[in-house]
Formats: sequence, C-alpha cells, structure tokens
Amino acid sequence: MTVFIIRRLLQAIVVVFLMSLIVFFGVNVIGDPVDMLINPEADQAEIERTIRALGLDKPIHEQYLFFLKGVASGDFGKSFIFGEPALKLILHHMPATIELALVSLVMAIVLGIPLGLYAGLFPDQRISRAIMAGSILGFSLPTFWVGLMMIMLFAVYLGWLPSTGRGDMAEFLGIRSSLWTRDGLSHLFMPALNLALTNISLVIRLTRAGVREAMHQDYIKFARAKGLTTRRVVGVHLMKNILIPIVTVLGLEFGNLLAFSVVTETIFAWPGMGKLLIDSLLQLDRPVVVAYLMIIVLFFVIINLVVDILYSVLDPRVRLRDQGT
Amino acid sequence: MTVLSVEGLQTHFFTRAGVVKAVDGVDFAIERGKVMGLVGESGSGKSVTGFSIIGLVDPPGRVVGGSIRFQGEELIGASDRRMRELRGSKVAMIFQDPMMTLNPVLRIDTQMIEAILAHRDVPKREAWAQARDGLAQVGIPSPEERLRAYPHQLSGGMRQRVAIAIAFLNNPDLIVADEPTTALDVTIQAQIIHVAQMLCRARGAALIWITHDLAVVAGLADRISVMYAGRVVEAGPTDDVIDHPRHPYTVGLLGSVPSANRRGEKLTQIPGMTPNMLDLPPGCAFRERCPRASDACLTVPQITAAEAGHPIRCHHPHGAAVPA
Amino acid sequence: MSAGDIETTAVEARVETPFQRFWSEFRESTIALIALIVLALIVLLAVLAPWITPQDPYDLAQVDVLDGKLPPGSEAFTGYTMWLGSDGAGRDLYSAILYGLRISLMVGMASGVLALIIGTAIGLVAAYAGGRTETLIMRAVDIQLSFPAVLIALMLVAILGRGIDKIIIALVAAQWAYYARTVRGTALVESAKEYIEAARCLGLSHTRVVFRHVLPNCMAPLIVIGTVQTASAIALESTLSFLGVGLRQTEPSLGVLISNGFEYMMSGRYWISFFPGLALLVTIVSINLVGDQLRDVLNPRLKR
Repeated sequence: MTVFIIRRLLQAIVVVFLMSLIVFFGVNVIGDPVDMLINPEADQAEIERTIRALGLDKPIHEQYLFFLKGVASGDFGKSFIFGEPALKLILHHMPATIELALVSLVMAIVLGIPLGLYAGLFPDQRISRAIMAGSILGFSLPTFWVGLMMIMLFAVYLGWLPSTGRGDMAEFLGIRSSLWTRDGLSHLFMPALNLALTNISLVIRLTRAGVREAMHQDYIKFARAKGLTTRRVVGVHLMKNILIPIVTVLGLEFGNLLAFSVVTETIFAWPGMGKLLIDSLLQLDRPVVVAYLMIIVLFFVIINLVVDILYSVLDPRVRLRDQGT
Repeated sequence: MTVLSVEGLQTHFFTRAGVVKAVDGVDFAIERGKVMGLVGESGSGKSVTGFSIIGLVDPPGRVVGGSIRFQGEELIGASDRRMRELRGSKVAMIFQDPMMTLNPVLRIDTQMIEAILAHRDVPKREAWAQARDGLAQVGIPSPEERLRAYPHQLSGGMRQRVAIAIAFLNNPDLIVADEPTTALDVTIQAQIIHVAQMLCRARGAALIWITHDLAVVAGLADRISVMYAGRVVEAGPTDDVIDHPRHPYTVGLLGSVPSANRRGEKLTQIPGMTPNMLDLPPGCAFRERCPRASDACLTVPQITAAEAGHPIRCHHPHGAAVPA
Repeated sequence: MSAGDIETTAVEARVETPFQRFWSEFRESTIALIALIVLALIVLLAVLAPWITPQDPYDLAQVDVLDGKLPPGSEAFTGYTMWLGSDGAGRDLYSAILYGLRISLMVGMASGVLALIIGTAIGLVAAYAGGRTETLIMRAVDIQLSFPAVLIALMLVAILGRGIDKIIIALVAAQWAYYARTVRGTALVESAKEYIEAARCLGLSHTRVVFRHVLPNCMAPLIVIGTVQTASAIALESTLSFLGVGLRQTEPSLGVLISNGFEYMMSGRYWISFFPGLALLVTIVSINLVGDQLRDVLNPRLKR
C-alpha cells in the first residue's frame, strides 16, 4: 500500500513538473513574453526594468529555473489590473468556485443516483425512458446554452431566481458561504444545477448500468433468497457494488467541475476563479492566467492521486491485490 | 410428514420471441428429513422449478399455474411479505456457483449476520456467535478469522461451505440446492455433499438436490424425479428408478453414465439435441429422440403409475418399441 | 480447397457490398436516420447560405441599424420578413445563423480532420516504435486525457490568443490523444495477427503493411471517434467563443452570435441568443445521434 502511494506520488510530481514546463514554454517561447508578461500600458523604461527583473535577458534554461523558483514560492508576479499578487487573487476567488463545484457534485449524487436507480430497477417504465432520454440531452447540450436558457426561464420570464452574483453570505462553523442564507441559496441554485447537469446525466447512466448488471448477479439473488428486505438488498448489496465505480468517476469529475466552472461562472457572474480567469484573459492579465493554470493543474493531479488511493481503499479486491505484491 | 408438495406447477417466460414453458406440469412431494434428487439436462426446467418454490422467478418469467404447498400453506399467490418471511428462514436455497453467490464487497460476517437478523430479533453479538458456530458446523477451520474475510479470500469449496452455513443459519425445514457441486472439483464435491447430507439429517430438514448428474443423486437421494422439457417424466425411489428405469429418457441418461460394474460395455448416448423450448414439438417432447416413439406419441402422454410410488409420463413404459 | 475456391464462395455468399450491409444496418434506427437527414440538411443550408439568405449579414450595405432588435416575424426596413428576428446591429438572424453555421462547421471539421491525421500518425508511431518511445507517447496521452478538453483548450488560447487558426490548433491539441490511443490499440491488436506476420515474411515494407493492412482495420473506430469528436469540437469552439476567448467578432460563428445576444437576454429579447443556440443544439445532437448509431453498426464487438 505504501509503495503504491509513493509510486503514485512520484508520478504526480512528474506531471506537475511537465505541466510547468509546458506553461512556461508556452508563455516564453511560443508567445512573446514581453507582450504577455508586461503590462501593455508600460513605458519603455519600465519594460526594460521588468525584462531585467523577470530575467528575460538570461538564457532560456536559467529563465525556467527562475520561473520554477517563483512557482515554488507561490510567486507568480503581480496582476496588472489589481496590482495584487496573482496567487493571492486566485486564492481569494477560490472558495466561491469550490463552493459551487461541491454543491453541484452533491446535486449530481442526490439527483443522479435515485433517478439512475429507478431507471435501472424499472427499465420498462415510461418514466425510466424519459429519464434516459433526458440524460442523453444532458450530455449533448452545451453547458453555456443550457445556462442561458435557465436564466431566460427562471430569471427573466418567471422571475423566481436572481440571474447573477453570489448573494448574501454568512458564517457558520467557521465557513463563510452563501449556503447559509436564503438569498445566497437562491443565487447558488441555478449555477450549481447548470454545472451539475453533465454529471447528473453521467451518474444516472453509471447507476443504471450498474443496477442492470448487478441485478442479474447471483449474489443479489442469493441475498434475496436469504429473505432480506428489498431495502437492504438494494441499499446494501446493490449500492455497495455500484458505488465504487460511481465514486471513482465522480472524484475524477470534481476536477472537470472546477474547469467547467469557467463557463458557468461567466454566465451567472459567479465571482469564482473561473470568472477571474476569463476576465484576466480578456484583459490580458497574464500573471493571473499563468497562476490559474498552474493551480488548476495542481488540483487535477491531487484529485487523481486522491481518487486512486480512495479507490484502492474502497474496493477490497484492489486493496488486497496490492498488499500481495 | 410432507414438508412440500408441488402439483401441476407451470412457470412460463414471456419473452419477445415467444412464450417459453420452462416448467409445464411438475408434481412431486417431499417428506421431512428426506432428500429428493431433481435430475435433468440444462434447460429442462429443474432450476426454474427451484426458483419457483422460493418465489424468485425473475421477469419475464411468471408462475402461471399449479400449486406449491409448503407445510400446508399455499405459496402461489402468497404476499411478497410472506414469501420474504419464509425465504431464508423456513426455505433456504444454495446456488450453483459459489464464486458468484457471495457479495464480493461485503465481509462474510456481514452476510451471515444479516441473514439471521432478517428473521429473528436477537442481539448482534448473539447473531455473530451463531454465524461462527454455523461456519464451524460446515467444517470451516478457525471460523472467527474467516468471518472477517472477504469472499475472494476463500477458495471455491470454502465459499460453498459458507453458502451452506448461511442456508442452515435459521434452521430451515426445506433446502433447495441448485447444482451446488457442479462448479467444484470432484474431491471437493464429495465433501460438500457430505456436509449438506449430514446437516439435513441432524436438523431434519428436507432437501431438494437439483443436478444434471444422476451419479451424484444415486448415493444421496431417497427419491428421484427426472425432468425433461419442463415436465417430470419419471419419479420414484432412487434404487427403483436407477435399477428399473421405465422412461426411455431415464434409460438413456443411465446408459450415458460410466459405471464401474458395467466396465467394457459401450456407453450409449441419447441421439439428437436438447429441444428448443420456444418451439416444442407437439405431443411428447422426447419423441424425436426416442427409440420407442410411435404415432401414439403425437399426443402428450399422461402420468401413469407403473407401480405404486413410481409414476411415469410415457406411452410405452415397458419398452414396447414400435418400428416406424 | 485452394485459395481460389474460398474467394468464389465468399463472393457468392455475400450478395450485398459491405457498404450496402452497413447502410441497411444503419437504417434500422429511425432516430439515427432522421438525425442523418437533419444533419445533411444543416450542411446543405450552411453551404448554400450565400444563395438562400435574404441578406449578407456582414455586408454593411445590406444591414440597417434601424432594423435592430426586431422580434421574430417583423418586417425589415428593406422589405422582407425576418422570421427569426434581428440582432442588435440589425442583421437578419436567419441569415446570420446560416453564415454562423458555415464557420462553426468549418472549424469543427477542420480540427476534427487535423486531430484525426495527427493522432493517427502519433498512434501508429507509438505502436510500431515500441519501447521507450511508446511508453513516452502513451504517458503523454494518459496525462492529456486526465485533463478536460476545455481546460487544455483554455490553456492554449491563453498562450496563443484568439482567431480561427489558433482555435483550430487549440481544438486539435485538446483532441489528438483520443485518436492516438485508439489507433495504437487497434494497431497492436492487428499487428499481432498472423496475416501481418505473413505479410512481413513476404518481405512487404512497413509502410505497405501499415497502409494496406493496419490502417483499414482502424477505420471503423476512427470514424466513430471522429464523428463524436467533431461534435464536441463544435461545442467547444462555441463555448470558447461565447466566453469571448474564441473566435473574433469578424468570424461570427454560432458561439459568437449567442454571446452577442446574451446582453439582450435580460431585457427579454430572447431570440438573439435563442435561435443560434437552437441551431447549435440541433447540429450537435444530430451528429451525436449519427455517431451513436455508427458505433453500434461498426463496432464488431456489439454484433450478435
């Protein structure tokens, strides 16, 4: 087990290192670093001062080391627009994004598993067919368009929910979130649902496929032959078997949620790091962009690592195979 | 005392391709403490009969006729709730493939204790102790340790012992064993048969042993019922059926079993193939493979008692082959 | 039996050509057939756009700001009916959508084809080079596939900037790995088969083996992936354009049109975003439905 974790950890470090290489060379070799990293409104003297400060007059490998050193100490440079360190800006916007992603993850589970369970247990019912057709749509529809339609329907025509912003926040258990206020919740609902849509479809399909497969397994029939209640057969015997792939996939999807929050946050003007990225891209605020990319890469690598380890803990077959070797 | 009596059982599968009459008129009865062998080739309906008894026929299958009386209580049409109460407590089942019957992600103790708690209101510690004793009774060494194991840590024979232990946990009056040794090595088979037989005797439970292997039930069963294409074609005391088979199918089955006291004799085989259950020929289903077949066989033969306690379903029970 | 005999029996046995068989199986799904017809119609509309639209929405002489923001069905200043309304600059939306479809489809197909070619080449190299090269390429594929396409595209857009050429590069970069993985897998399976061994023994060159034997066997999975990936390329491009980091205003794809309409949505002028979105939606869904059916028909593992 330890060997496994160490091996995965080393892999993760290599990936982060590679990505830093790509981002660095992307910015410094393919793009023009002077153009990208220096405030376009700066005068000649400032440009030269910055070139020296950033070490752009040095050979490329030294520049890369300099960049790595900056990354390692969390220094991505200052935002042109806000004049604050890029990392600080991103960390400031991060809670909103994580809140959004977590809430939509919960939505995907709370909506997806029961719907998928229903569609799997009663595949011939009309409702089940409607659920499956809906899940196909959930996959095909571009997120941003669904977001627009939601705003059109719920905010503009029905006027039930506010269309933009994060709403009031409150502190509870030391966590500052819009989950704790009515206004915050009403602001959170639409963007979270929008972000969750693909994942709801995904969970529905995974759950249904798992149920359909497991229902024909002998161990389910044997559990029924023991005289267990349907509740226990489905809730324990079935769920425990199908939850493993669902948890794995959802864990991996959390990274996708963070990435896709870029789209949702822009539509609903949700003040998270995704919206910050787009604003920074549009305003050519390069240090923030570079910082965002490195942080999201780090996120992904950590998530993959955690899911791998979780998976081996959850599934006794994987866990023991690994102990054996 | 009769524990179970089945009369005219019909279980049909309503598939898209047509109605499969998997079980179409099965009668038998079994007494307390006795073993009945239900013999037939794959597709003869013997497993479906077993599942019909415990009420676990999955759609598109449905019991459409007949009667299953368990200790005098009619099970066909019994409520789901009543069937659940009976399953695992009064009537237990052992499945064919021990690799598949235990839930791979639950520990043995979980799977045993839940079987007890589903039927009896005992403290969990007590249930645990009963589970441990159950494992010990089926000959599993260091049962406390095994209780903490996951199924994949045990061998196939060991898992089938666990399944048997689970079946006996609530002292059932009837056990339906669906080819429980088919997936196991021959040496393990003998052990499993021994364990099951011993426990049934000790507890006075009736045992229905479903198999395709006449040799297995020859030494185990008190009575044998032979099934072909959804119907019981011959039934009787084991020795009687084995020594004096009346139905040509039973004769064929016995002829294809290698035996020590017929060394050097040529093994016979039943010609033709298992019938297509979607498209059974009219009349006797065995007609097209039968050496005795005649025009009479174009009608379905009724059950006749060749002698007391030895009913058979054949127009030519005495080998009266009519040349075509 | 000689080789000649086998050939004759094979010819006799197969009454229909492979394509006819494929087509008869494809037709079995009514939904897929409808999707295919819709898709053909969409492509036709896009190709014929300049000849069948009442105005060229990007010819300033034909656009009048006075026609701006008209609801669907309004009469334009110049006399024709704007069935789908007009956008903020007075462009007829029906015309703008068809012109937008041209750009969206072009970007989607261009990046689809490029990703297919590049991915196939890399996959073949991996399969045939083996050893360290293969490990390296496949690791890169794994890493790339562990990131969502939208993130990779955003990363490249951040490096390269906006514009059609850059978006195509970004889309190709986000999608090549799917093709590479498939081609390598198929190539490994194929090259392990005996007839490839035989072809090698006959002294056929690597190139010949690859082009005559391995590639044709990769075609089925490549067509399926190509269809689905083209749909996702179109969706991705429109997403980037909607976010304002994709195509420029001078390259008005459907995404750009939707983005332009966004600001009017709050004031209830839904049609400026809604209709281009509907066009995008119908396009993507019909490509996906066709792709689903292609997978069912072409995937031999699913055949009974």
